Amino acid sequence: MKKELTVFDNPRNVKWFLLFFYGCLVLLLIIDPFIHKHGEFPWENAPEFFAAYGFVSCVLLIFIAKLLRRWVKRDEDYYEKL
Amino acid sequence: MLSMMVLPAQIIGFPPALLLIGGAMLIPLLKGRGQSWFMLAVPAATLLILLSTPHGSYWSFQVLGNELILSRIDSLSRVFGYIFCIVTLLGVIFALEENDDLQYCAAFAYAGGALGVTFAGDVFSLYIFWEIMAVASTFLILARRTKASQAAGMRYILVHIVGGLCLLAGLILYVERSGTTEFDFVGLTTIDSLLIFLGIAVNAAIPPLHPWLSDAYPEATVPGAVFLSAFTTKSAVYLMARMFPGTELLIWLGAVMTAIPIFYAVLENDIRRVLAYSLINQVGFMMCGIGIGTALAINGTVAHAFCHILYKALLFMAAGSVLHVTGKIRCTDLGGLYKTMPLTCLFCVIGAASISAFPLFSGFVSKSMIISAAAHNKLVVVWLMLQFASAGVFHHAGIKVPYFMFFGHDSGIRAQEPPPNMLVGMGIAAFLCVFLGVYPYPLYSILPYPVDYLPYTGAHVVGQLQLLLFGALAFCLLILSGYYPAEMRAINLDTDWFYRTGALRFYRVAERTLNTINRRGELFFVGEIAVKTAAWARKGAAGVVTVLMLPVWTLMRLTEESREQLNSKLDGLIRHGLVPLGISVAAVVFLLSGLYFLL
Repeated sequence: MKKELTVFDNPRNVKWFLLFFYGCLVLLLIIDPFIHKHGEFPWENAPEFFAAYGFVSCVLLIFIAKLLRRWVKRDEDYYEKL
Repeated sequence: MLSMMVLPAQIIGFPPALLLIGGAMLIPLLKGRGQSWFMLAVPAATLLILLSTPHGSYWSFQVLGNELILSRIDSLSRVFGYIFCIVTLLGVIFALEENDDLQYCAAFAYAGGALGVTFAGDVFSLYIFWEIMAVASTFLILARRTKASQAAGMRYILVHIVGGLCLLAGLILYVERSGTTEFDFVGLTTIDSLLIFLGIAVNAAIPPLHPWLSDAYPEATVPGAVFLSAFTTKSAVYLMARMFPGTELLIWLGAVMTAIPIFYAVLENDIRRVLAYSLINQVGFMMCGIGIGTALAINGTVAHAFCHILYKALLFMAAGSVLHVTGKIRCTDLGGLYKTMPLTCLFCVIGAASISAFPLFSGFVSKSMIISAAAHNKLVVVWLMLQFASAGVFHHAGIKVPYFMFFGHDSGIRAQEPPPNMLVGMGIAAFLCVFLGVYPYPLYSILPYPVDYLPYTGAHVVGQLQLLLFGALAFCLLILSGYYPAEMRAINLDTDWFYRTGALRFYRVAERTLNTINRRGELFFVGEIAVKTAAWARKGAAGVVTVLMLPVWTLMRLTEESREQLNSKLDGLIRHGLVPLGISVAAVVFLLSGLYFLL
């Protein structure tokens, strides 16, 4: 049997990974106001616009997808049973 | 042009389509290593010829008074030609261990069809190659040889026949109207252009004409899906960019096209179907760019098609590898594969980062051009939709695909890496994704218009990273909170419901109506009329004779009994054809000849 990678089996590694991820997020928030912006729309130049938009977009995406599921979900053999 | 190599003058401008389709015919005659080398050599040679051919029209001739141009090489068709050759080469490397001549032939003919469409300068050859593409690609689905793939393949070809006929009708009307078979910019103005537009829209998978793609691609063979992901939609993108740039309708269709599939992709359980939905979403960006139609937008579209073909092929290769070694492809069955398939995992993550347009990966340098073009043209709603879709892509293709296959819950599957040729195919594709992301200038130099665009500005990079990483944060929080929609063994109805149930209903209605008519008809004609006719034929003649003889018998004063006897005797004689007709005929002839002599 070949050697297995087990990096993410260790909860400590997962914790470090998440910490690194959150660190990146904080860093992005900190440097944003210092970036020279040249957006075509006024809101593009607003601080942290893209962070907010990205977060809201994804929550909205999941929210609508869950609503959609209620409407379109069928059994796997739906078409065979018709 | 990347470079100009010195090749014999005769093969300059040789139609790439003919090379690949010719190659497809020779493949079954070869075996083993010879076949492998041949399959690698053909797309490589095609690329080489293309690289050394200057712009211009080649291989044009007159057929029945119409001009056929098989090789129109200009700044737009050239880029698509390059990438089609490259992805054919990658696909062949990936498919080398498949040992299925049917798939090899189909893939080559399919690639040849796509290249034929790309370089066709007239509508006739365009249509022929278009249909070659449709037929050849179907075999990449059928070659999976499962019940589901046979059914999906049939639906796929039916949809493409309808689209192809639409295109054909449009092209015929176009030739009637314009008086020429050559084509370039058409514009959406007349009925013929509308039909052409619809025909291309089917292949481009513009909603609501898109479900053939998410229906059929996941049922294709492992390498088949790689080829499929590259040619049909992107040759449609090429034709749209040539015939309908600046069509405002396309901006909106494209924007909707980026948004709708991502909801489905989030819910979908089959990984290759997730990729199929994200393919539609990515083509939406291209349609939007074509609709905007400015130099920046068209450059962005072409660059995005180029990058997209590479990372989508890479993603289909990674998902295909997992399917190949585990036999499973559903999110619910997979997980934790990074432990034994680290290389495949790495390649998949590179593909995922590229499609998500992470800085330093290929999607970033191309997609941002289209979004910038939307901003330059002050298309507020479209811009917001494209940004929403960008965050959504990262969510489903960027995170979900690698997460549920390679991380997530440990499924207990300990599959090994796929064969080396598959790893090499993925490795090269992954390298190109990173290379173009880090150093996009070779790509920028071959785009149709001069490029005056800097992808790596501080605002772009930070904005994009914020959009993506805060989207990822949402994913994390939703997964941890349990609100994220769980992966389920289920399907989600799409617009193919209309023709899948519609066809079934039509069949049932037709069956009921026609079979009822058939049954009633049988009862009436066979059960009633035929029986009565037969009875009359049997008894009718005797009846007539009886009626005729009745006065004679009355005069002869025959008794009731002897009449009955005579009647039944007569009946038997007539029924068996024993009536002594000859005597009467002889008497009549005798009488007539007597009359003749007397007169």
